[in-house]
Amino acid sequence: MICQECGKKPATLHFTKIVNGEKTEFHICESCAREKGELIPGTTNGFSIHSLLSGLLDFDPTGKGNATGQKAQVIRCEACGLTYSQFSKIGRFGCSSCYKHFEDRLDPLFKRVHGSTKHLGKIPKRRGGTIQTKRELEDLKKELQYLIIHEEFEHAAQIRDQIRELEKRISAG
Amino acid sequence: MVTHKFTEHALSDWMRGKGPDSEIVISSRVRIARNLNMLPFPMLATNQQSKEILETLSHVLESKELANLGQFNEVLLSDLNELEKRVLVEKHLISPNLANESRNGAVLISDNEAASIMINEEDHLRIQCLYPGFQLEEAWEMASQIDDIFEDQVDYAFDETRGYLTSCPTNVGTGIRASVMIHLPALVLTQQMNRLLPAITQVGLAVRGIYGEGSEAVGNLFQISNQITLGQSETEIIENLYSVAKQIIEHEKAAREKLMLESSTRVKDRIQRSFGILSFAEVMDSKEASQRLSDVRLGLDLGIIDGVSSDVLNELIVMSQTGFLQQYYGHKLNTEERDFYRAKLIRDKLSKS
Repeated sequence: MICQECGKKPATLHFTKIVNGEKTEFHICESCAREKGELIPGTTNGFSIHSLLSGLLDFDPTGKGNATGQKAQVIRCEACGLTYSQFSKIGRFGCSSCYKHFEDRLDPLFKRVHGSTKHLGKIPKRRGGTIQTKRELEDLKKELQYLIIHEEFEHAAQIRDQIRELEKRISAG
Repeated sequence: MVTHKFTEHALSDWMRGKGPDSEIVISSRVRIARNLNMLPFPMLATNQQSKEILETLSHVLESKELANLGQFNEVLLSDLNELEKRVLVEKHLISPNLANESRNGAVLISDNEAASIMINEEDHLRIQCLYPGFQLEEAWEMASQIDDIFEDQVDYAFDETRGYLTSCPTNVGTGIRASVMIHLPALVLTQQMNRLLPAITQVGLAVRGIYGEGSEAVGNLFQISNQITLGQSETEIIENLYSVAKQIIEHEKAAREKLMLESSTRVKDRIQRSFGILSFAEVMDSKEASQRLSDVRLGLDLGIIDGVSSDVLNELIVMSQTGFLQQYYGHKLNTEERDFYRAKLIRDKLSKS
């Protein structure tokens, strides 16, 4: 078999890449593989957590396929100048603003890495006030739903009052 | 120079303490990653910016609150030679990343070396706390206290939804990496490790060998750590790791009992043989040293060997590493010399203890 990239050298690497459930087969020679910078297990490139990550990052979560492929290249963090494609190669953010500028693409990434997209841990004390209240509010709303479904209306009314109280506090700042 | 204090002795003071389950769990560690708001992460920071980061964070050293937790000394990476850096890495006081790749990197190390605070590593701030034995909760509380002190004086990069923002997406949220260093000779000997490994990774934890190449665990020492940092609270993360590690400890204990029940003569022979070789060998490479020290540690735990303290074994794990060996004998050593001096060092230490 001849390398599908250069069409000259014999293909020595055969692998299947599955991205978002879509299978693609590759038959390429080693020099093309290295040029393409593909992450291929078992080659001498070695692999780090970051190159593994870039495998996760290098896909289009909008699901619009190649049509937006060009556009994907120019998503850029306005604060530090890192582009999304650089981010997906290095596997590291450049600054805290990258989280804002790449936001649309991060949910699927975090879902894959952590199985979740929302922080539930420690909160800095000086910012803690309102965040803590919002979290409590969310918990209470969930509880309210549960109580209504289970027809525990008396208790639900109490929770509803607590929710109102919290909402007042949040809007008052 | 304060650095000497940290590079001269192989055994950190905190290691002398005994923790729960210390016959199987060597140490518990928690590290948390934090970044300053409004400044690029170290990877993209300019020289000037990374200096600013260093200054801002070093300033916290002067706070009374930090002094209450212990005496901290600042060590600038630029003041260290290659060998000294290597020794600090071997003692787990700094990361290889800080040693080799940082710009304006520094570390604040507490007197007993239980806490080390790295500046300008992959993140602006990495707080690490080490405890002997199985004490994850304690390590987290200490790290969190240090975190509070920093938070009080600097402005962290924090987002309501994503939590603490980190350079690597694998750390975002809590920024916490908790781990235990655990000695599992019986599970390896009875070939149960291979069955355990996939199960451990399935619950969001990672296992890797320590001091070994790749996944190979030289000396039967493994590190188990959490992989997930987002979507769970720190307490949940610690509890999850704790309960899985607890189960592994129970498996190891059961495997040890079974070994002693079914093949005690062979186990004893193996342990005494290793003890004999360590006590008399003239040449010892690092792989053999780790394996034999593991045997002796098992022998000590099972009461087969006495007259050796676990402190000496812990000390030898670090001392027989390449960097420390050269530091100890005061000059660069080639491979052959290293193996010779390693054997000598082990003989001396074992006969003295």
